[in-house]
Amino acid sequence: MRNYLQVLVEPAPHLRRALDTKQIMGGVFFALLPIWGLSIFKYGLVSLFMGLVCMAVCCGLEYWILALKKQSPSRWLNDYSALITGLLLALTLPPSLPFWMAALGAAVSVTLGKHAFGGLGHNPFNPAIVGRVFLQASFTAPMTSWVPPWQKNRFFELLASNLTLPLMRPNLDALSGATPLGQYKFAGVATDWWSLLLDQTPGSLGEVSPLLILLLGLALAWKRYLDWRIPLAMLAGSLIFSGVVEALGWGSNPLVFLCSGGLMLGAWFMATDMVSSPVTPLGVWLYGGLIALLIVVIRTWGGLPEGVAFAILIGNAVTPLLHLVTQPRVYGTPKNKALG
Amino acid sequence: MRSFPQGIHPKPHKEQTRYTAIQRLEFAPYFVLLLNQQIGKPSLPLVQEGEEVRRGQLIAQANGDFSSPLHAPVTGRVLKRGLNLDMNGSMQDSLVIQPFPASGQSPQLEAPCDPFALSSLELIEKIKTIGMVGLGGAAFPTHLKLKSSLDKKAHTLVINGCECEPFLTADHRIMLEQPAKLLRGIRIILHILGAKQAVLALEENKLDALRAIEPHLLPHDQISLVPLKTKYPQGAEKILIQALFQQEVPSGGLPADLGIMVANVTTMYEVGQLLPLGQGIIERVVSVSGDGVQKPGNYLIPMGTPLEFILETLGLCTKSPQVIFGGPMMGKSVVCLQTPTTKGVTGILVFRGESRPKPQAPLPCINCGECLQVCPLRLNPCEMARQAANNQLEPLLKRFHLFDCFECGSCAWVCPSKIPLTQLFKAAKKQIRQKKLHPLKSA
Repeated sequence: MRNYLQVLVEPAPHLRRALDTKQIMGGVFFALLPIWGLSIFKYGLVSLFMGLVCMAVCCGLEYWILALKKQSPSRWLNDYSALITGLLLALTLPPSLPFWMAALGAAVSVTLGKHAFGGLGHNPFNPAIVGRVFLQASFTAPMTSWVPPWQKNRFFELLASNLTLPLMRPNLDALSGATPLGQYKFAGVATDWWSLLLDQTPGSLGEVSPLLILLLGLALAWKRYLDWRIPLAMLAGSLIFSGVVEALGWGSNPLVFLCSGGLMLGAWFMATDMVSSPVTPLGVWLYGGLIALLIVVIRTWGGLPEGVAFAILIGNAVTPLLHLVTQPRVYGTPKNKALG
Repeated sequence: MRSFPQGIHPKPHKEQTRYTAIQRLEFAPYFVLLLNQQIGKPSLPLVQEGEEVRRGQLIAQANGDFSSPLHAPVTGRVLKRGLNLDMNGSMQDSLVIQPFPASGQSPQLEAPCDPFALSSLELIEKIKTIGMVGLGGAAFPTHLKLKSSLDKKAHTLVINGCECEPFLTADHRIMLEQPAKLLRGIRIILHILGAKQAVLALEENKLDALRAIEPHLLPHDQISLVPLKTKYPQGAEKILIQALFQQEVPSGGLPADLGIMVANVTTMYEVGQLLPLGQGIIERVVSVSGDGVQKPGNYLIPMGTPLEFILETLGLCTKSPQVIFGGPMMGKSVVCLQTPTTKGVTGILVFRGESRPKPQAPLPCINCGECLQVCPLRLNPCEMARQAANNQLEPLLKRFHLFDCFECGSCAWVCPSKIPLTQLFKAAKKQIRQKKLHPLKSA
């Protein structure tokens, strides 16, 4: 009687929330663009090219690996994850870094950091941080040389060291400048808070106005594109721990601590990488707090002036352990016996 | 206002039907009475092919205690006994009845009574003879629930008027239009249980119903009306108990273990209406809603009305419909339109296939953790999905409490990667039952 009707059948639930993974990743990528824009304004062509090189390498390799894995490479940019990894990596690099090193770092991010573990959703570490830490371990001098921002001819020429031929060592002698954290650590000179807010200090490409990063992060949190508890735990933890360190006479002003280095970018855009951060309610707070503690410890007593990347990497590494010990008690099960 | 901590807020979509009064749907040209309308054993037919039956007449008796009887929905002739398609597309034993076009359709009554003059056991037997089952969708025989609640000396009766599923408004309309019969039903059940108090819980978006019921309360009534914050899945009995009393039903246990019995508003209303008359349950209020139907509303529909007749009468406006029996979160897609309604059908949702979101292949889980934040039982759906996809049945059963999950669908609703979490869990449960790994639930 109604044979011409085509009845649709699907499993429950028949309603789905509109938000999807593609939207979340796209939101994070577009939130990174203003930061990159400010970085281009601050460092000029260098920042533009560094971002493009890293994203191109990440996307190209992602395409190739997906094709090798016989997954439909037509979806290769669909989830924005390669773009985010490339741009995030670029933002953690110093402006004077040779492009070939940046490209190598990007390649390590996508291959070792992501696809070696099975691709999207399976990486235990934040791929961008894997790339950055690889570069820092391999090329320590170029990764810790800095140039002052706001150079006059920044929109017209690149730095000589950027164009070093592949596998060649860059000439870093001409470079001058030190990050606020480096200055404090190695020369005992404190930077005032305002010059950090107004972008007067040298640093990585993404170490731009902490206020802008904070606003963009808050926007993402408001849209539920990131878990607000992680940056909150990290920033509050950093304030508290660095406050204690300052009160004991070992460190600098907690506000300067909060606004310097990669802490803001790390708190809002790297530690919050969903794949490599915990999912349990208690685990999320512990994770943020642990990273904050590690940053304070590394910056205060470690051999490096900056420690956000390593702290997040260690935080990623303990995530499975946090999962083991922080599983919530299932409804109706005895109070003293947790799942795990 | 009370509620429970997790849960989700899907769009309610109730405006389409919440303001339309309950109307009677005309009789279909034929009725198909499936014999297994309840949880438990199918009913045993008492009539032969060709026999004339009267509306309300007992035509199939309960097969033992774990079953329920059936009554004829119309005065007419039994055309045949045979197999018919149920909503899942499998064949079920059934009776086909053709109504007489011009005969009187006043229902036949069994034996009217004064419920408050009878004992608990007599009343429970009466509830069984009128074929009452849980009308909130589960279709669990009410007499069995009452018996176990009586055995466990239940002290509190919770009447579930949450209706937290989007689109459905049948319970809401019954509370608005029939408060007296609803309260009579509640008083009868309180009398059976000898319980101290009854709590009628409803969500904030139904406060008009609360105001409609309040004037009908008598001074000595031990019935309180409690509004709750609107949230899904508050109408699940375990969650409702948590929202009301901050108590948890033990894992694997029943509300009766806490001395609580939970019953649905429609069930209470039908008890209040039918039991004093001694009339069997032959029709129920069903919400018909969705963008695929021209005349959405709440309709009084006799059990056994074929779905295609309902769609034709109310105007189907699509060539590729998706029809769901129940709510959109936990209801089932109907496989064929010839299937009849049963006692457990709370709603009929008709969606235009053209306007449904295209099914997408799920993306990998990105560990966002949203499912953990919404699961009302504090399970770990994303990890469970990983275990289920890898067929790790033992850990699912022992470490992850798979059988506590009642498939509310909150995790699948919230999942940004559109992973079919509920479906994975259902499949895993089925496998565990087949392999009999779970001794209690392998039935």
